[in-house]
Amino acid sequence: MIGLQHYLVVSTILFVMGVLGIFINRKNIIVILMSIELILLSVNINLVAFSAFLGDLVGQVFSMFVLTVAAGEAAIGLAILVIYFRTRGTIAVDDANQMKG
Amino acid sequence: MIQIIVFLPLLAAIIAGLGNKALGNVPAKVVTTGALFISCALSWPIFIGFLLGHYDEGFVAPVMTWLHSESFNAMWELRVDTLTAVMLVVITSVSALVHLYSWGYMSEEPDQPRFFAYLSLFTFAMLMLVTANNLLQMFFGWEGVGLASYLLIGFWFRKPSANAAAIKAFVVNRVGDLGFMMGIFATYLVFDTISIPEILAAAPNMAGSTIGFLGYRFETMTVICLLLFIGAMGKSAQLGLHTWLPDAMEGPTPVSALIHAATMVTAGVFMVCRLSPMFETSETALHVVTYVGAATCFFAATVGTTQQDIKKVIAYSTCSQLGYMFFAAGVGAYGAAMFHLFTHAFFKALLFLGAGSVIHAMHHEQDMRYYGALRKHIPITFWAMMAGTLAITGVGIPGTLFGFAGFFSKDSILESAYAAGGPGTFGFFMGVTAALLTSFYSWRLVFLTFYGEARWAGSEHIQHAVHDAHGHGHDEHGHDDHGHDGHAHAHDDHGHDDHGHHAPVTGTAGYHPHESPWVMLLPLVVLSVGAILAGFAFHGFFVDPEGGEHFWHPSTLFFNEHLMHESHLVPLWVKWSPFAVMAAGLLVAWLAYIKNTDWPAKFTAQFHVLYQFLLNKWYFDELYNIVFVKPAFAIGRFFWKAGDEGTIDRFGPNGMAALVVAGGKVTRKLQSGYVYTYALVMLLGLAAAITWAITR
Repeated sequence: MIGLQHYLVVSTILFVMGVLGIFINRKNIIVILMSIELILLSVNINLVAFSAFLGDLVGQVFSMFVLTVAAGEAAIGLAILVIYFRTRGTIAVDDANQMKG
Repeated sequence: MIQIIVFLPLLAAIIAGLGNKALGNVPAKVVTTGALFISCALSWPIFIGFLLGHYDEGFVAPVMTWLHSESFNAMWELRVDTLTAVMLVVITSVSALVHLYSWGYMSEEPDQPRFFAYLSLFTFAMLMLVTANNLLQMFFGWEGVGLASYLLIGFWFRKPSANAAAIKAFVVNRVGDLGFMMGIFATYLVFDTISIPEILAAAPNMAGSTIGFLGYRFETMTVICLLLFIGAMGKSAQLGLHTWLPDAMEGPTPVSALIHAATMVTAGVFMVCRLSPMFETSETALHVVTYVGAATCFFAATVGTTQQDIKKVIAYSTCSQLGYMFFAAGVGAYGAAMFHLFTHAFFKALLFLGAGSVIHAMHHEQDMRYYGALRKHIPITFWAMMAGTLAITGVGIPGTLFGFAGFFSKDSILESAYAAGGPGTFGFFMGVTAALLTSFYSWRLVFLTFYGEARWAGSEHIQHAVHDAHGHGHDEHGHDDHGHDGHAHAHDDHGHDDHGHHAPVTGTAGYHPHESPWVMLLPLVVLSVGAILAGFAFHGFFVDPEGGEHFWHPSTLFFNEHLMHESHLVPLWVKWSPFAVMAAGLLVAWLAYIKNTDWPAKFTAQFHVLYQFLLNKWYFDELYNIVFVKPAFAIGRFFWKAGDEGTIDRFGPNGMAALVVAGGKVTRKLQSGYVYTYALVMLLGLAAAITWAITR
């Protein structure tokens, strides 16, 4: 029987993978966007799992909103990325340090 | 009327001072000089009124309330009595003449309105001092003249030596002023008032009482009088606090004549006379005044004999004459002190203005070794200086009414000092010795300047003048465009060569001295009349037992009728001794500087140590330098380096700044610029916040 805790474990694994993807990744910015998607997905799994567990539909409705926002975020993120690539000619994370003090 | 006399110079000073460049030279000169002549014209009727006995007692003209707080009350009041009247005519007359004289003497200067504004400001402050009816107002005037003196000594502010002299005058006067201030505090503490008539009325009751200070008991009146006398010593350049006066000669010569000879330096004498009933209550204080005065009188006269700078000689002479006034006051002959103040103002102003005329003629050369044979070239100046010298040396026949101004006042002082006995005897012998030296250095000045051979060729100033005149095709007025920057420059560059000890070069170097313009000669002539007649005309009022009693009655001056009687009954040798030493001084000066001109060189070679001792003014400056100036600098340096920079700055502003810099250096490393670092910090922060929210 697959219970709530299984869902939460999967969600946590996804979340940690997403976070580590942001921090440890030194390759390119697309990976960071994907990691953010992963984090959002893990949150969605949490929402749906708790919704089913508690018998409350609000959680699932909320996950729809999160998906929508995630889609918008991905679109904007990729758009920024394209512009960034045009100006800098690279999307390597290590080169993006213009905010250094 | 008295208000006009006092405030007109202030008004003129404000107009000339604020108008300054916008007003222009001539209007500023006209306003200030005009104001002073009006003041002078109004002062004489008051003085004559007192001479004729029109006033039974002094009067007080209120101006306004100054400070009023519980029992403390200070009014702006103008007190007029005999003492004030004497000072009024001295101040306004000399000041008016000096203003006029400055038209000629300062004609080549830039900044003339400033000069005249300062002069008028000084006159106002001095008038405020002598008309004061309370000690606070007197202190106001006292500081006012100190300020004006500072400004005028430092008038040529581009000249470092003038600035140094101005600061020295100010600082040394501060020492005296501290005494004066403490004297005022003590007076208020004891009498609960600072009004002069009230203090003087209450003073006799305080005689013999004691005051506790730091666990010791002191005589109240002695303490107060000595504190006030310290103030007088500072202002009147008495031994110990005299060092500023010779240096003050850095100022323009008219300033020396007005401030450092005729008026300001006599403020101390005036103050002692004004408060004479108070000084009479303390024998100790009077003894101190006598000894200090007599010592100054002797000291300054000895130094005066060796100085080479014409103004320095007259400066030490002033110092010496002030000593006479003080020991006269010390023995109780206040009338004689005021009389000498009065006559001295005329003949010393005359000598200074005469010296100014010589300096003017000699193209700013002040060293007497480069003078000589000027008698024929500047005859009017010569005769004026002659009148001044006859007056200061006290030429006159004892027992008759023939005598120049100084004869009457100086003899009166010496006779009353002898008659008073005690410390007065010391004063008498010091005074006679000083009279011998006075005669010597005064005639030395005249002989070196006006007689003998011309020794102008050795002077850098003269060489400049001749060079300018020839080199640039100028006539004898060729130096007119030289200005004072040039003068200062010459001083700075050649000062050491100039005043070294090489033998004087004889010859005129082709230079032609010219007599001063009439604006400078007129004051000389007027003052000459004063120097010749002031003693004869007024001795019946100032020092005569009956006449003096009548004359001084309306004032606060304590006129010791008995002593003045006694002074007429002194032995014959006492009466003739000033005459004898005067003649001896003249003879020695004549022998040494006209007959045998090699004597001075022989003398200095023979008594080298003594000569150096006198030439260096008893090493007072060096002594003060070691005892006060150096330690003060060391202390100042210590607080500056260790206290201010080492402690306050280090841990205060600089420490804070260093801390911020160091902190910034560390935190800057955290800002890598990588997105993931920020995200991690955000996450850590979020985790911390949540942890805190949950476990709370």
